[in-house]
Amino acid sequence: MVNELQEAAQNTITQWAWLIPLFPLAGVLINGFFGKKLSKTTVGLLACFTVLCSFLLSIACVAQLAGMPVDARRVIVDVFPWIAAGTTKIMFGIMLDPLSSVMILVVSGVGFIIHVYSLGYIENDPGYKRFFTYLNLFTFSMLVLVLANSLALLFVGWELVGLCSYLLIGFWYHKDSAADAGKKAFIVNRVGDFGFLLGMLAIFWIFGSLNFKDIFHTLEINAAVTPWFMGAGTMPVKTALSAATPILGLPLVTIITLALFLGATGKSAQIPLYVWLPDAMEGPTPVSALIHAATMVTAGVYMVARLSMLFALSSTTMMVVAIVGAATAIFAATIGLVQNDIKRVLAYSTVSQLGYMFLACGVGAFSVGVFHLMTHAFFKALLFLCYGAVIHSCEHAFHDAGSHADPQDMRNMGGLWKYMKITWFTFLIGSMAIAGVPGLSGFFSKDEILWKAFNAPFSLTIGGFPLGSILWAVGALAAVMTAFYMFRLIFMTFHGKERLPQNAHPHESPPAMTIALIVLAFAATVGGYVGVPHVIKDMGINVGNESFYKWLEPVFEPAQTIIAEGGALEAIDFSNGGEEVGVQNTLAAGITGLNFAKHGQEGIITPEAGNVAVAHRESENEAAATHSEKQSAHENVALEKKLMNISIVLALLGIFVAFIMYNRNPQIHHDIREGLGVIHTVLLNKYYVDEIYYYTIVLPGRVFSEFFLWKFFDVCIIDGIVNGVALLVRGVSAVVRRIQTGVVMNYALVIVIGILAILAYYIF
Amino acid sequence: MIGLNDYLILAAILFAIGVTGVLTRRNAIVIFMSIELMLNSVNLTFVAFAHFMNSLDGQIFVFFIMTVAAAEVAVGLAIIISIFRNKKTVNVDDMNIMKW
Amino acid sequence: MVMPTLTQILFYSTAGFAVLCALLVILHPNAIRSALFLVLTLFAVAVLYILLNAQFIAAVQVIVYAGAIMVLFLFVIMLLNAGETLEGLKHPMRKIFGFLFGIAVLGQLLAIAHVATIAGARQGGVTQEMVAKAGNTELLGMLLFSKYIYPFEAVSILLLMAIIGSVILAKRKL
Repeated sequence: MVNELQEAAQNTITQWAWLIPLFPLAGVLINGFFGKKLSKTTVGLLACFTVLCSFLLSIACVAQLAGMPVDARRVIVDVFPWIAAGTTKIMFGIMLDPLSSVMILVVSGVGFIIHVYSLGYIENDPGYKRFFTYLNLFTFSMLVLVLANSLALLFVGWELVGLCSYLLIGFWYHKDSAADAGKKAFIVNRVGDFGFLLGMLAIFWIFGSLNFKDIFHTLEINAAVTPWFMGAGTMPVKTALSAATPILGLPLVTIITLALFLGATGKSAQIPLYVWLPDAMEGPTPVSALIHAATMVTAGVYMVARLSMLFALSSTTMMVVAIVGAATAIFAATIGLVQNDIKRVLAYSTVSQLGYMFLACGVGAFSVGVFHLMTHAFFKALLFLCYGAVIHSCEHAFHDAGSHADPQDMRNMGGLWKYMKITWFTFLIGSMAIAGVPGLSGFFSKDEILWKAFNAPFSLTIGGFPLGSILWAVGALAAVMTAFYMFRLIFMTFHGKERLPQNAHPHESPPAMTIALIVLAFAATVGGYVGVPHVIKDMGINVGNESFYKWLEPVFEPAQTIIAEGGALEAIDFSNGGEEVGVQNTLAAGITGLNFAKHGQEGIITPEAGNVAVAHRESENEAAATHSEKQSAHENVALEKKLMNISIVLALLGIFVAFIMYNRNPQIHHDIREGLGVIHTVLLNKYYVDEIYYYTIVLPGRVFSEFFLWKFFDVCIIDGIVNGVALLVRGVSAVVRRIQTGVVMNYALVIVIGILAILAYYIF
Repeated sequence: MIGLNDYLILAAILFAIGVTGVLTRRNAIVIFMSIELMLNSVNLTFVAFAHFMNSLDGQIFVFFIMTVAAAEVAVGLAIIISIFRNKKTVNVDDMNIMKW
Repeated sequence: MVMPTLTQILFYSTAGFAVLCALLVILHPNAIRSALFLVLTLFAVAVLYILLNAQFIAAVQVIVYAGAIMVLFLFVIMLLNAGETLEGLKHPMRKIFGFLFGIAVLGQLLAIAHVATIAGARQGGVTQEMVAKAGNTELLGMLLFSKYIYPFEAVSILLLMAIIGSVILAKRKL
């Protein structure tokens, strides 16, 4: 009976999900090792084909996952034991659940479209085969990252995508700027990876496992763990996590999640580690689209969402995540307002949009963050690819016209819509999507983020305003700016006066590229209809559904429960404003938690007592939660409608201002630029952040390296030791070599002395 | 009765004579012969031990030593011939190039 | 006064003869004479082997050593015309040092030889009766082709290499 069931389970498609990342890997191996012998067409088509295989298998797997009961939607396939050390065994395996299913669809789907697009874009580049090998390697790595069943494997994917990012940013390595940008991305990411690694090790420290399943299970039942600190003894995991650390006095869980979030800021280009992403635009545009907009940079968001249960346990971290997200969103948007390089505008826009995703995660709306991740993947990939087409076409046109004008500078464009109508139209769709024009995908996700931010479960108030409403205001302001700079792009490149060099005739791109644009434009338009916010139904407009949120619900349910119950392991108020009960509960829980920690320290093991305390707290929380639900249900609908209208108006306002400034009356923006003066210069120079980093971190580092590590430590000490040893040997040899006279009889004499010595040993 | 120690003392004397010969003579061939003398003294101890311990293994060893000695003499004399061919002498005092 | 037995007379006279010849080997200035005295020493040692009931080894000593090897020595001495006395000492102190070291080695060896004993050592299983019955050569042959067959083969390869090596070394041009 059992065997039959197992057989039945093994025969299902999801059991083969581990093949998904292996298709692109096969492409890497074939193209990487035998690429030179294959024709260009074969290499390109093979690369596309492998990703298509992954995409189709992903669809099949997700379809089967959807057919399963909601509770059973988590397929874990252990492929082979990877690291076995003592009792610890890390399996090389995959975990397919609703969250990773969304990610594999986005990665392989968007990845496939971009592969096809690259067929046209990279066609005449000498590095054609290398490009597709890297691109396949990236797809493999990203799929490993999102399908990983353990943090360790996720980290492998995490590092691999970092490597691919480096390789592809520096794809045109003969350009110094590209090579430098690659190095910058790599090094900045190392800073984040350091945090990630620390967090990961700390998790292993406490949970004794890196397996997601084990971690989640341990957290869910608050199982007893034996952390390797505080002496011996077992204790409930939450008690262990709430123990204050010697540094900063924060609970352990906060330290862990903050370290992990540092990793996320590196990979997902958030303050303070965002600086590499704008420079990463030195790579080919399809790379910017795939890696630095649609997929890789969302790895941080994915990681936070994957470990949502852990993050939810620390309200401090959640608040940090939300604030960093909102700050990045507005910070990057302001820079994007004035940049002239098309790809840089899009890069800052990506940073800004990633900020929105973290804002969503920080306020506990993980599924909304993931939803924005998906819609963003569609429209941002579309925008990049459109501008790839524009740049590509301008490059050739400028080159043919004998001009050396920068084909990425929008000041050299204008009026392009006549030449490339498909590109213009698809770009318009993408811009409206990102700007939040109702009916397109970006609107649904961004608006939901703002609403969740407004309702943020933080009790902190700044200047009389709750933190939530401040986050909302920041997000809304960033949204206006987004609309403004996107339409500034459109008006400056596609409309208005032609500022092209003389005799330059841009033309529409090859079909491989335009088809990709059309497919993505379609996705960017309708992609949002799987996650239409509930309030729209309440407004009597019957479009789309909430299936996306329902789909992700089982993944984020535990985290949501923790947040709703105020179950964070800290004494900071985590509930909606005014709920005294919640505050007291949390406080009480925090104190009991700390007490238990103390007991644990003394070696008194009281898991029963811990469980009782938790059960007690849960019952009180339930009461509080039902109370608050009833209370807020009525007010919320009206408020949400109001806020939604505001954000629509704001988006249209941004578009309108851009229209006035850059199309109707171009003189105005010159005047405004003059009027802003210093502010404009600061923005144009990206707040001088690169310069600040250079003088505060890079320069001291270099001076330290050059004058201490190199000129002193390396030259004097390391080389000194090496040369000193050599000198010593030479000096001793000069003396000792005189023993070797070359006279045979002396050798015989020495042998006899040896005989005497040995005989003496026997006698005495 | 002749005991083991008598043979050992004889072997010791022969060995010491061989050592002295190696150290004092300058003719490479005579030095070589002194080495043969030393080998013979060792052979004598082997056979003596074998006799007084009721074993034949010692004689087997002597047999092998003789074989090796034969090989050694063949190669050694060949070396002396080739040295002589180069330096026109067999005086070991003139063989002083074994150094770096 | 105790009369010495025949064995004792034979031993002491042969031993004295061997020592005398050995001394002449190293003291005689002419190399050819030295070689001839060495032959005499080897014969004396062969007599001692017979006293020790090692007839096969004694025969080999006479045939291989005194016969083949010493003929080779004499042949080379004559070939190189090296029988003449080498005049003129480059290092006059060497002779004195050589004798001093020789005496030192002798002293140490005698000290060991005088006190050496096999009392308590494990005795082999070959009694004089067995040797008398089967003969020394047959027993040695049995041992050589059973227990020591691998060293025996190895030694044969060594001889082959010595033949090749000496041919290569001594040949004027290959």
